[in-house]
Amino acid sequence: MRHFKTDKPSGLAKNAIGQSFAHESALKQVTGKAIYIDDKPEAINSLHAYPVLSTITCGHIVSIDTRDALSVTGVVDIYSAKDIPGKNDVSPVFSGDILLADDKIEYHSQPILLVVASSYQIARTAARKVKIEYQETATVLDIKQAMAEQHWVRPPHALHRGEPKKAINDAKHQINGELYVGGQEHFYLEGQVSTATPTEDGGMFIESSSQHPSEVQHLVAKILNKPFNYVTVEMRRMGGGFGGKETQAAPWACLAALAAFYTGKSVKIRLARGDDFKVTGKRHPFYNTYQVGFDDDGLITGVDIDINGYCGYSADLSDAIVDRALFHADNAYYYPAAHINGNRCKTNTVSNTAFRGFGGPQGMIVAEQIVDDIAYYLGKDPLQIRKLNLYTPGRDITPYKQKVEQFILQDMIAKMEVEADYWARKASIENFNQHSPIIKKGLSLTPVKFGISFTVQHLNQAGALVVIYADGSVHVNHGGTEMGQGLHTKIAQIVAQAFSIDMQHVLVNATRTDKVPNTSPTAASSGTDLNGMAALNAANTIKERLLTFASEHFAVKADSLQLVNNQLIHEKGKISFPELINLAYLNRISLSSTGFYATPEIYYDREKAEGNPFFYYAYGIALSEVEVDVLTGENSVTRVDILHDVGNSINPALDIGQIEGGFIQGMGWLTTEDLSWNDKGQLASNAPATYKIPAIGDTPAEFNVTLYDSQNPATTVFKSKAVGEPPFMLGISVWSALRNAVASITDYQFAPSLNTPATAECILGAVQVAQEWLQAQKKEGSEQGQQGVDDA
Amino acid sequence: MIQFLLNNEMIELKSFAPSLSILDWLRTNMGRAGSKEGCASGDCGACTVVVGDLINGQWQYKSINACLMLVGNLHGKHLITVEALTTKVDPTLEDLHPVQRAMVECHGSQCGFCTPGFIMSLFALYMNHNQYPGKEAVIQALGGNLCRCTGYQPILKAAKKCFSYPKQAAQNISHQDHRFSQQVSVLTETLKKALLANQIPMLEEGDQHFYLPQNLSQLCALKASHPQAQFVAGATDLSVEFSQRLSYNNKLISVRYCPELMQFNEDQQGLHIGAALPYSEFLERFCEIYPESHELFERLGSLQIRNAGSLGGSIANASPIGDPAPLFIALNANIELQSCRGQRVIALADFFMDYRKTQLADDEVIVAIHIPKRETTLQLSCHKISKRIEDDISAVCLVLSYQLDNDKMHNVRCAMGGMAATPALAKNVAKALNGQILNLENLQHAAQQIDVDFQPLSDVRASSTYRLQVSKNLFDRIWFQALGKIQLKQNTQISSAIQTRIHHEAL
Repeated sequence: MRHFKTDKPSGLAKNAIGQSFAHESALKQVTGKAIYIDDKPEAINSLHAYPVLSTITCGHIVSIDTRDALSVTGVVDIYSAKDIPGKNDVSPVFSGDILLADDKIEYHSQPILLVVASSYQIARTAARKVKIEYQETATVLDIKQAMAEQHWVRPPHALHRGEPKKAINDAKHQINGELYVGGQEHFYLEGQVSTATPTEDGGMFIESSSQHPSEVQHLVAKILNKPFNYVTVEMRRMGGGFGGKETQAAPWACLAALAAFYTGKSVKIRLARGDDFKVTGKRHPFYNTYQVGFDDDGLITGVDIDINGYCGYSADLSDAIVDRALFHADNAYYYPAAHINGNRCKTNTVSNTAFRGFGGPQGMIVAEQIVDDIAYYLGKDPLQIRKLNLYTPGRDITPYKQKVEQFILQDMIAKMEVEADYWARKASIENFNQHSPIIKKGLSLTPVKFGISFTVQHLNQAGALVVIYADGSVHVNHGGTEMGQGLHTKIAQIVAQAFSIDMQHVLVNATRTDKVPNTSPTAASSGTDLNGMAALNAANTIKERLLTFASEHFAVKADSLQLVNNQLIHEKGKISFPELINLAYLNRISLSSTGFYATPEIYYDREKAEGNPFFYYAYGIALSEVEVDVLTGENSVTRVDILHDVGNSINPALDIGQIEGGFIQGMGWLTTEDLSWNDKGQLASNAPATYKIPAIGDTPAEFNVTLYDSQNPATTVFKSKAVGEPPFMLGISVWSALRNAVASITDYQFAPSLNTPATAECILGAVQVAQEWLQAQKKEGSEQGQQGVDDA
Repeated sequence: MIQFLLNNEMIELKSFAPSLSILDWLRTNMGRAGSKEGCASGDCGACTVVVGDLINGQWQYKSINACLMLVGNLHGKHLITVEALTTKVDPTLEDLHPVQRAMVECHGSQCGFCTPGFIMSLFALYMNHNQYPGKEAVIQALGGNLCRCTGYQPILKAAKKCFSYPKQAAQNISHQDHRFSQQVSVLTETLKKALLANQIPMLEEGDQHFYLPQNLSQLCALKASHPQAQFVAGATDLSVEFSQRLSYNNKLISVRYCPELMQFNEDQQGLHIGAALPYSEFLERFCEIYPESHELFERLGSLQIRNAGSLGGSIANASPIGDPAPLFIALNANIELQSCRGQRVIALADFFMDYRKTQLADDEVIVAIHIPKRETTLQLSCHKISKRIEDDISAVCLVLSYQLDNDKMHNVRCAMGGMAATPALAKNVAKALNGQILNLENLQHAAQQIDVDFQPLSDVRASSTYRLQVSKNLFDRIWFQALGKIQLKQNTQISSAIQTRIHHEAL
C-alpha cells in the first residue's frame, strides 16, 4: 500500500507543489523515445574509442607494442599519456587520479592507452591486440596490511568528545566488536558513455552521462590545456547514476575529447559492461571496530570507534566519504563520550567513489551493530535499546558538536510500534522460531538520521536560469542533472508554483554548462534543495518585475496583485498569464533571470573537528521481517514497513519512488551484492552474471511506505526535505533482522557478527557460530552441573 | 537470404556477419534505439523484444533478449520492438498501449533505461493473457528484467493495472493503430509464401556464413563439411562469447529449423525432447509429469532465457553449473546423437568427460533427450542454491531420485552440479542410500559421502566449504520435505507441518 500525502500549501487555488505528477520523461521512457547518449544518430565519419586496460595489478610498464592493433582495418590511431596536451590528472579535489597510466600501474584494468577506430567493435577488438610487458611489484589488497603500514590516500581524521576511554572503563558493561562492510557496484543500467565533438573555436562540445557536467567541463579543459570557456557540456539524462557518475564519468569524456582533439572528428566512448565493472570506482568497503561502555539498562556511556575505508589507489572523493562515515557513526544515538577515528586506506584496487549515502551507510551500520550487540548482551529487546539511546533534548550534541534540534524519531517509532504491530509480531515470531527447526524468522526496526548538505562547504551553492518567452511559456535550466530521481519534474513544479501556472507551460530539459555555470554535482541528496531554491529565486526575481510593472501599468496597489491559477488578478480586473507576459514584453520588461542559492549557516572546522556541517537532518524508520533457512543460509525479506520524513513533499509519488528504490538498493548492498576480488587483485564479480542486484521477486511480499507528516523546520524550498540518500540506509533493518533470526538459535542470548553482504553463505556461517555457541553453553552447563554433583 | 517481419515491415537480409545480434542490428544498422544495451549478456533485460513464431499458421509471441538472439535465427519470425507499441510521433497518455500507460500512471519508470525492456516483457505477458494472471506470473515474466531505481513496487502495480483498462480490438499487436495489425496480417501471408520459396535460407558476409538447414540430413551434411562450425539455438551462451570475449566463429549452423530437433513426444518408453526445443515450449508438460522439477526450471535463467535456450544447447555446452544436466542424469536420461555416419544413443551421465569436454564428435549433433517413463514409485527431489533466487547460476544443484518400496530406497541416483568439472553422479552417496530405509539418520549418513564424491572449487559463487556444507545439509531438507509428502510406514515423531522453505516471491 502506498500512501500519497497530497497536502498543499495554503492560500493558492491550484498548486503544483504536493501533487504526484509523473516524471517529466515518463511518456518518452515507456515508448522508447527518451534519448540517451548512445541512442543519438552518429555523424558521418564519427569515430569510436576504447581504452587498453592493464592486465596486472601493480607494477611498471616495460614496453608497449601497438603494431598488431594499428594493423587492424579501421583503426585510426592509438594515444598514450604522452599525447595529453595538459595535465594527466582527473582528480576532483586532490591529485593522483590518473587518466592514462604513463609508467606506474596501481590497479588491475587501469587504462593505459586509447584506441580510436571507425567502429565500436573495431576499437574494442583492437584494444585487446596491444601487447604490453610489465614489471610487477607487490600489491596491497588487505586492509589490515594497509592499516599496519599506514598506507593512506589521505591522513586520518577523528572526532573526539569527552573522555571516551574513561567513560567506557567506568561503565558497568563493556563490549567490543568488528565488522567487514562490503562495497557495492552502482550497476546503473546505462553504462559510462560520452561523445566529444570539436567546435569551430578549437574547443569541445561534450555529451556525457554525468552527475557533474561542470567538473567534466573543467577536466576536459585541463586535459586539453584550454580555458574552461572552450568546453561546453550537455547532459539531458542519465540511465541511472547513484553516485557512480559523480566523478567516474569524467575520464571517458576526457578520453573522447583527447581523441576528438587529434582527429578533428566526433568521438564516442562507451564502456562494455564488464569493463565498466572493472575500471570504475565502487562504494567503499569498510572494516570497522568498536568498543562501547553502557549501564544495566543499555544506556551508552562512551564509544571508541575505528572506521577504515578501502579507498583504492587514489584519493578521488574518499576524504569526504570517510568523513561522512564518521559523521554517521552515531546514527540517531547520543554518545556522551566518543572517539571516532577514520582511516583512508590505500589499496591496489580501482579508486572507490561516491555511492548513495557517501560513506554514511558504512558508518551508520556500526551504530546499529552496537545497539543490537548491547541488546543481546543484556537479553533485552533491541528496539528498547534503540529508543533509550535516541537523541533527546539535553542529550543532543553530536560527536562533531552540532546540536540536534528536531526530535521526531520517538514519535515515528511510537506510530510504527502501533501501526505495524511490533510487539505482537515479535512475540509471534519468537513462538514460531521455537517450533520451526529449519526456517527462523527475524524482525528489526532501525532508524535513520542523515545529515543534509555537502560536507565540503563550497559545493552548497546552485544556479538557475528562468526564461519566459513572449507567449508565456517558461524554460528553466539549472545546475542539477536528471538521473531518474525526478529532479526536473520537481523544479518544474517549483517554478509553476512560483508563477501559479500549470505544469505544461514549464519546460525543464538538458543541463548545460553554457546556460548555468560553475555548478555542483547532483549529489548529497541536494538536487532539489539547492537547485529548487535557485530556480525559485530566479522565478521570484521575474515575478517581482512583473508585479511592479503591472502595478504601474494598471495603476493598482502592488499588494492587491496576485498570480493565481494562470492569471494575474488585481483590484480592477484580471488578465491571463500569457497576456501579462506579452504586455510586459511590449513594455520592455526583462523576462529572464538567473537565480542563485547558497545554503546558510553551515561550516566545519577541520582542525577542531567540530562545526555545523549539516543544514538539517532527514529521518526515517524501517521495520523489516525476514526468514532464514538454517540449512542453507537462504533468506528473504517478507514484510517491510517504512515511515519516512521528507518534510513537505513536493511530489509524493517521486518521493515514495526514492524511498522504495533506495530501500531495495540498500537491501541489495547488505544481502546479495557481493563484490569479490581474486588474490591477484582482479575483480571476479565483474558482470551481472556474477554480481546480483535485487530482482523483482526479492521485493518484500508486503511493502508499506508512508510519508511522515511534518514540515522541515529549516528554511528549505517549500519546507521539503532531501530524499535521495536517506532511505538507502533503511536497508540496514534487513541486516539487523537477519541477525535477529540467527540469534533465535541461541534464544537471543548471543548474535554472531554478520559481515556484509550477508549472502546465504555468510549467513550459514553465522548460523554455525550460533549453533557452536549453543553447544558450548550446553556443555558448560552440563559440566557445571556435573561439578555440582561431584562437589555434593 | 533470410526473411522476417520487423514490426509492420517485411525485412530481407542477405549479407551480414553471422554473429550479429538482434540488438546490434536494431541499434547500429536500423537506427532503432528504443531497445537498450544494459549488459549484452542476457542478464539485465533492458534489450527485451518480443518475437513471434509461426505455429500452425498463427503467431505466438514471447519475450527475448535481443542482445543474445542472433539475427539469422529471425528467419520466418515476427520481431516486435518498443517502437511499434505506440506509432504516434507525439503520443499522449491515451495513445499509449495499456502496458505503457500503466507504467506511466504507476510511476514505473525513473531513469527509464530499463523501461523499454520492462515494457516488452509486460507486452508479451499482456498478449498471452486475457486478464491479470496474478503476481506469481508477473514475477516469472519480469524476473529477467533488472531495475536499479524503483525497487520494482510500481512496476508490479503497473503489471496489474494494465489489465484493468477496457480492451480494444487490435490490442494483440498494437493498441491504437488498427492499420498496424492489418498490415501485419497482410505481411504474414506474404512472408508465408516467401518462406516456402526460400529453400536454403542463409546469411553470408565474405567467408562467414549463418546456415539454416531445414532438416536433419541437411544439417548433418553441413556439419560434416564444416566440422569446425558452431551450432546455434538460443545463443544464450554463444552470444556472451561474442560480446564479452570477442571470439567469433566464421560458420554458424542454426539447429532451430530442423523439425527433428524441435519435437516433443510422449510414448510408452517415456519422454523425448528435441534438443533445440526452447525450454518454455516443453516445461509445462514436463512439470506436469515431474512437478518436483518445477522450481529448478522456474529458476533456470529468466523467462527470456527459457524462451530462447534449449536442452541440447545446455548439454552440449557441458557447463559444470548448468541445472538441466543434474536433473536429467538423475532421471537416467539418454541422449541421441546423429551424424552422416549414423546414430548413437548414450547415457547422459557418460556424455560429460571433463571440463567442457563431451563425447560429441566434430560431425555430430544432439538430436534429442530421451527420459524413461516415470514409474509410480519414483521419488524426485531437486534443489538449487544460488546467491539470488531468480536468474542466477547455481553454486550447487542437487537432484536425488529413488524408488521407494516399503520405506526402502532403491535405484538411488544423486546428481550434482557446481561440485566438479562436469555435472556428475554422487556415486558414494547413492551407494550409501541404496537399500536403506528412508529416514533422517540414513540420509545424514549418506550425505557425509559427498566429501568422498566431490572436491569442489572455491569461486565467485561460493567457497568449497560452503558447497560441501550446504550439499550435506540439503539431505536434512530432503527428509523434512519427504515427511510432508510421502506416506511412510515407519512411525515418525516429527510433525509434517514443518516449514522447509523460506517464503520468497519467486519461489
